[in-house]
Amino acid sequence: MNMDTPVPPVDRYIVLDAPPRRLRDVLLRWEVILVILLVATIVVNTIVSPYFLDVFNLADATFNFSEKAIIALAMALLILVREIDLSVAAIVALAAMGIGYAAEAGFGPVGLFATGIGIGLLCGAFNGMLVTWFSLPSIVVTIGTMSLFRGITQVILGDQAKTKYPQEFLDLGQSYFIKMKETGISWLFVPPVPLSFLIFLVLAVLFGLVLHKTAVGRQLFAIGSNPVAARFSGIPVDKLRFLLFVVSGMLSGLAGALLTARLGSMRSNIGVGWELDIVTMVILGGVSIAGGVGSILGVVLAVLVLGLVTFGMSLNNIPGQVVSVYIGALLIAVIAIPRILDKVRVRPIR
Amino acid sequence: MSQPILTLSGLSKSFPGVRALHDVSLSLRPGSVTAILGENGAGKSTIVKVLTGIYRPSDGEIRVRGELKSFSSPRDAWAAGIAAIHQETVMFDELSVAENIFMGHMPTGPARFVDWSEMHARAAALLKRIDAAIPPEFKLKRLSVAQKHLVEIARALSHEAQVVIMDEPTAALSANEIDDLFRIVAQLKAEGRAVLFISHKFDEIFRIADDFVCLRDGEKVGEGAIASVTEPQLVRMMVGRPVDQVFPKRDVAIGDVVLSVAGLSNATEYADVSFDLRKGEILGLYGLVGAGRTEAMQGLFGITPKTRGTVTLEGRRLSIGAPSDAITAGISYVPEDRQEQGAIVSLGIRENVTLANLSKYIRGLFLSRTSEQAETRRLGKRLAVKAANWEQKLAELSGGNQQKVVIAKWLATRPKVIVLDEPTKGIDVGSKAAVHDFIGELASEGLAVVLITSELPEVMGLADRVLVMKEGRVVDAFKRGQWSAEAIVGAATGAAKEAA
Repeated sequence: MNMDTPVPPVDRYIVLDAPPRRLRDVLLRWEVILVILLVATIVVNTIVSPYFLDVFNLADATFNFSEKAIIALAMALLILVREIDLSVAAIVALAAMGIGYAAEAGFGPVGLFATGIGIGLLCGAFNGMLVTWFSLPSIVVTIGTMSLFRGITQVILGDQAKTKYPQEFLDLGQSYFIKMKETGISWLFVPPVPLSFLIFLVLAVLFGLVLHKTAVGRQLFAIGSNPVAARFSGIPVDKLRFLLFVVSGMLSGLAGALLTARLGSMRSNIGVGWELDIVTMVILGGVSIAGGVGSILGVVLAVLVLGLVTFGMSLNNIPGQVVSVYIGALLIAVIAIPRILDKVRVRPIR
Repeated sequence: MSQPILTLSGLSKSFPGVRALHDVSLSLRPGSVTAILGENGAGKSTIVKVLTGIYRPSDGEIRVRGELKSFSSPRDAWAAGIAAIHQETVMFDELSVAENIFMGHMPTGPARFVDWSEMHARAAALLKRIDAAIPPEFKLKRLSVAQKHLVEIARALSHEAQVVIMDEPTAALSANEIDDLFRIVAQLKAEGRAVLFISHKFDEIFRIADDFVCLRDGEKVGEGAIASVTEPQLVRMMVGRPVDQVFPKRDVAIGDVVLSVAGLSNATEYADVSFDLRKGEILGLYGLVGAGRTEAMQGLFGITPKTRGTVTLEGRRLSIGAPSDAITAGISYVPEDRQEQGAIVSLGIRENVTLANLSKYIRGLFLSRTSEQAETRRLGKRLAVKAANWEQKLAELSGGNQQKVVIAKWLATRPKVIVLDEPTKGIDVGSKAAVHDFIGELASEGLAVVLITSELPEVMGLADRVLVMKEGRVVDAFKRGQWSAEAIVGAATGAAKEAA
């Protein structure tokens, strides 16, 4: 009658440290799909336009997406932990306005960048406070602050523009930070790199290391996978969430400074609609909107794919609306592919 | 005596590794209340789930008014006239009372649109029948638990249910609300319906039931008229088996006091919980579901901050504001809800095991996979976790193996005190025995263990001492060798003490 006889533990039972690597699993990784997409984009554009594979053209192209890409790094972490910040573009505007006034007050380049980042920090802390202290959903909070921050900019500036900036500040935004260097060998050279793209690359490496190699990164994955169990495991869930909103605000402020320096002027509609471009970069990069899944490498690849697609199409004088149709279709297709493959794949019998 | 409304004969239900019900027969007479008694895990809920079409029985038959029935979905059970009122109400908070009552069978007009006025009128009539002053258009979330129960009863009546199952309906009700509920039960009786009443509280059973059926380990161990038994007899029937032999208790030398808790309280859920815990000791925390055991231990661990009380670990007064404080001090808490609070099922075994003290695996700036793997291998082997590899996602493991990984996570923090909250809930028999054996092993290595469990054999088999909690307070304490199953259950349910 009694079934409770203990089962003796299996002693000679070998558990591997890691699953055996199988080619199929590697090929199905999101990053691999993105690399294929990136190569395809480059090949097609090279065939279609002789101007595409020109280092100066490519370097110029990075101007158009680097500022957004910087914010996308923070957005990736937020989406990874099941949050989102839709107020980033409005923070860009508010920071840019602050920089405009600071420039008029005689600040130098360092002071102007600090102003932008500082305003972003305050905005991010405000978002983070609303989300963590009052347990409000971040999508609602940041739709609210999106209106609020943009509205403040519009009320203060009206239809005015800020156009007076010190030359050293403008130089940071408008010229190549690293100049083209020939080495004497025709194919070996240091390409010209704009400051914003360089900052993006450095930050991408930093974010990648933090997310994939440190304890904090692991904790972010845990929060995104199961916030309750993460809290029960002693992870300071709310502190980390708050911090991510602050980081998102600071990077938005930094992007606002870079953008202002590049354009040399700002109006209240600066960066309108960026938030969705940025979310697109993150989602295409393979960060799951349900949380817990994603990589910085994926986001970097997605940024390059989107940037080069846009650049290639503009070289061929394809209007912006068509670009937007293509990007929309691309996003849906790339997101659907793994789901379709999952359904088609036959599971091996264990 | 009239023909029974509902007859179960030879009913059995097995899950892989668990026999939840075995050869249970019972019949319900019209106009009577039948109480089902049994410890947690005795099979009460399984009967409810079989009767409401959630589980299909492995064997046996269900007859309603003599007619053979087979339920493949809850809908079939409704159609056969069986309705259940659940422990925690399963309804739709954002919908109106009327919509909740008629969910699945809303009155429709032409073109299949919902006939709202008809629905509200019928809902109002049903609610009036049970004297419930609840407007049908109110959203459900505005109601109290007691009012929600009334809505569920109205829903049962809307189906013309002949059999109404009440699964611990009074767990969250006040004394007055219980009186109201019992008035309605009496009314259902008078209308010739049969009521199946599940409760842990003896006073309620003696007050309301006509008949009883007692279950133990999925088998029927007694039945009859409630007037023919006494409370001690029922308790003995419930706990009947020789519990001491199930899990051999290790002989452990008990050392000095490690943890000392005094006057732990919060605003609503527990008050004045105090105890000392010694090295190598297993302290059982027994009580009914909702007695405040989990809440008190989560207060100790810093999940829901306590409002009052002191915690002293090895002579040092702790101030615990968050779980990380408790972990650093050397207190671990293995939560009851494994899926939601314990395991992160979309992460791998290694990532789960190392999660609660990641700083231990940092070499330089970064996490060292080698040292993470070493710890995972050590604990995984020790707990005999069965997996293909240590990177396997927890979602692919069985419940028992998931639980082992969660325990491994807490052992990785090298705790001095470990609180295990229902560690064997919902896991198969084999893993259960392994977990029991392991708890004994932990104690023998000098760890101090608090074991929250609702299973009497478990607490009596493993614990050195048992504290019994009831309504948020410690009401009794027993030492090994000076307890009896009857006395422990008696203290937890508030039954008369002569039982021992």
